[in-house]
Order: sequence, then C-alpha cells, then structure tokens
Amino acid sequence: MDLRQEVYTLNLGPQHPSTHGVFRVLLTLDGETVVDATSVPGYLHRGIEKIVEDRTYAQVIPYTDRLDYLAGMLMNWGYVLAVEKLAGIEVPERAEYIRVIVGELSRIASHQIAVGSMASDLGGLTGFIYNFRDREYILDLLEMLSGSRMTFSFMRIGGVASDITDEFIGKTREFIDYFPKNGIEEYNNFITGNEIFQARSKNIAVVSREKALDMSLSGPVLRASGVAHDLRKVRPYSVYPHFDFDVPVGENGDSFDRYYLHILEMEQSLRIIEQALDNLPDGPIMAKVSRNFKPPVGEAYAEVESSKGILGVYVVSDGTTKPYRVHFRRPSFINLGHFDEMIKGWKIADVIAVLASLDIVLGEVDC
Amino acid sequence: MVNQNKDLLAKIAARHPQVEIAENGQIHVPVNHLVDFMRDLRDNFGFNYLTNLTATDYKDYMTVVYNPCIAEQAEMLHIIVKIDRDNPQVPSMVPIWGGANWQEREVYDLLGVVFTGHPDLRRILLDSDWEGHPLRKDYEWETYREK
Repeated sequence: MDLRQEVYTLNLGPQHPSTHGVFRVLLTLDGETVVDATSVPGYLHRGIEKIVEDRTYAQVIPYTDRLDYLAGMLMNWGYVLAVEKLAGIEVPERAEYIRVIVGELSRIASHQIAVGSMASDLGGLTGFIYNFRDREYILDLLEMLSGSRMTFSFMRIGGVASDITDEFIGKTREFIDYFPKNGIEEYNNFITGNEIFQARSKNIAVVSREKALDMSLSGPVLRASGVAHDLRKVRPYSVYPHFDFDVPVGENGDSFDRYYLHILEMEQSLRIIEQALDNLPDGPIMAKVSRNFKPPVGEAYAEVESSKGILGVYVVSDGTTKPYRVHFRRPSFINLGHFDEMIKGWKIADVIAVLASLDIVLGEVDC
Repeated sequence: MVNQNKDLLAKIAARHPQVEIAENGQIHVPVNHLVDFMRDLRDNFGFNYLTNLTATDYKDYMTVVYNPCIAEQAEMLHIIVKIDRDNPQVPSMVPIWGGANWQEREVYDLLGVVFTGHPDLRRILLDSDWEGHPLRKDYEWETYREK
C-alpha cells in the first residue's frame, strides 16, 4: 500500500525566538523533511544606506552600531576604515592598538552569543546562561570606555573617541586570566563535549570548500569548510601584522565545525588582546581631521574581518560633507543567502540548528 | 583594502585592451565586455570569490561595482561598469559566482538595476508591492529629522 503523503508548507517566523530576530522562512515539508525552502528577509530593513546619505560622515557612525549590534565596535571599524582610505587619513598607532583591543573584545562578546544561542537552539538553555554571564564582563569593559553596552559609537574617522584607562587595562587583564579556565572550559564541558549536541550538529548541512567559495560565504562559516580566509591574516589592516595568532579552520564544513570555530577564535582573540596590552604604544589617539570634514571626490571600498565574516564598506564622495552613497557588504546577509540550499533534505529540527550555526544577526542581514 | 598589484593589473590590461585602469587601480569595464572579462578573471587569474557587488545612481548614469578576490590571498579588484540609467541592464554574475545571487537581488530591489540571466530576480528587503527604488537619487522621501 502506498503511504506517501502530500507535501505541505510551514511558515517559520518572522516572530520566533529561534530565528534570532525577525527572519522568516517558508518551508515545504514532506513529513518532517525539508523539500524546499524560501528565505524571506527584510523585516528589520530600516534603510540605513538611504538615511546616511543625509548625514555627515561622522554622523554615520552611530548607524553602523545598529547593523550587527552584537559586535558594534567591528561595525564602527569597517566604516571608519573605508572613509580613512577614501580620504587618505593616517591613524595614530595608539588608536590602532585600542581599536584592536576593543574590536577583539567585541568579537568575543559576539562569539559568546553564537555559542550560547546554538546551545539553547538545540535544547540546552544552560549553555546560553553561562555565555551571557561572561559576556556581561565584556559589556562592562566596553561601557567603561564608551558609556554604552552595545551601541558604542566609539571609533572616529581618524582614531577613537577616548583613551583607555589603567582601570580598563587592569580589568581587561583580569578577564584574560579568568576567561579560558572559567569560561571557555565550561562551554566545552557543557556544550562542545555534550553527546546530544554533537549528534545534532556533526555531519549536518555540510558545505564543501568549493560551494563555500562560490557562494561568497565568509567568517567562521567559510573557515569551517577548510578555507583559511581571515582578512586579519590574508590582507592585514590596522596593526594586525604586529600580533602572533592562528586562524583556526574546520575540516568537515558541518554545523559542529561552524560552532566550534567560534570557541577556537575566542582563544585567539584573547592572545591578540594580551599582546596589544603588553605593547600598547604612547601617543595621540586621533589624527587631525577637520570638523567640516570633506573627503576628495571618488570612491573607496574597504573590508574588515568582523565576527560574522567580511564586513565591507563602500563609500562614494562628491566632495561635500555628506557621503553620496554608502553600501555595507554584510556577512550575515550573504551567508544567509546559502541557507535555503543548506537545509534541503534535513529535518525541521535541523533547520533551527543550521540557522544557529550560521550565526546571523538580523540588524545586519536587513540593514 | 584594494591591493595595488601593478604586475597583475598590467597583465589584465594586456589581455583586455577594452578595459581602462585608473591610476588608483580601479578598473572600468564596458558593459558588453563584462561577462568575458569576469570569466577570464575567474578561470585564468584565480579570482574565485566575489566579495562585494553594489551600484550607485549618478543621476545621468549608474555604475555597478564588483570586488572579486582570491581566497586565502590578499588580491582584490575594484571593477566599475557604467550603465544607462533609463534602461539599467547588466548581465548577472550568478553563473560565474553564486554569491552574486542575493547581492544582485538587493541591488535590483533598492536601485532597480536589472540583472539579465539572474535565476530569481525578485525584491529581497522591501515588500513585493513596493513602488520605486529607494536608493535612486530622485526617490522622494522624508527624513523625519530637523534640517
């Protein structure tokens, strides 16, 4: 007897905790198996690229905080780097070191969300709580500098807004001592080594090296497929050549590798922060930039390695105080572009796990 | 940052007399030569990764910008294609780099550039019944902010 049943459509999101914000995907299911999927992003589209055409160059910075609001410092950095490239501004070395320190702290905070939410999406809410406990430490540090927990607006065209204090340096060193033993090791015990977690993530939604490159994936999602493409190494910006660190890569390109790279990258970020604190040079924290700043006519594109992947910023100047055009190449948006293909053939429960392993943030996807 | 590899640019210029390379390394390609040029970059120069694709409205014309690069290396190019604003058409890069898919949909959505040969050219951020393309310079909008 033929027991085949009809396929049906299930709407997931846009309001659902496991879609990490307002993201919607239309699933065509045969039983519990995904036959087809159509992602529908855009629910958080605020038109930032349009809004900033009516702002001065400096006024754009707070909008970048609201792209990937889990790693605001890295978003600031991508934008100021592009403008500095367009205008040919040399940033003082101390400012570059401070950018590296706050940028890597932001990366750890963002990765903690990635690790924690992956655990909770697979049913282990405990892992989530421990990541949030440690993330609070970083948010306190960054609040000490910028007055804000997440929307820092800390970087400036030509430098950073304020110098770091002895208190900040002391507390950051405390964190570097505290985190590997009390944070990362706990995550590994709670999450990485958990048998159910591994069964739900290993060999799931494998992305080959060729496919990852073809689909312009970036960040841990690309490196999990064995591509050692980290801009801090392959096309170094700022003062990254001064530091000794490794770029972890995965072997299988599955959900587990995508998850585990976040853990390994947190360790590398700690190494970078420690070296930056040890070798912090004296000097100014801002280049001379006119209050009435007007870059020369032209266009520039610059990229940084953000926590989610490659953040690229394209800026066009018409010689006035406002940018003529700004475009953000958001890693979450482009990584999500491969999601429909990744989940085909997997169970509906895997959809949630795969989405968590992509580590998207909708502020960035929808811009 | 765009890596200023002079040898590479000279090699590209020698193979493609149609393109114009500016002093700052930005490459201007005529739209009718775009597909051949991009295919050559991928197949013979190793540009296996399209990192960025976007467009700008200059009121009289539009430009589409591409930034291909080589994975695990520093090389990145900045390619500019000038297109007609009243009939903004450019061949889709999806057959060459799959990563162009959503980026071209975004450019179509916000600027109205039509990517011919795209497998699924629909709006992606705005509603399907949205009128106009907001990033065009003549799009009327209110800023909700004191001037």
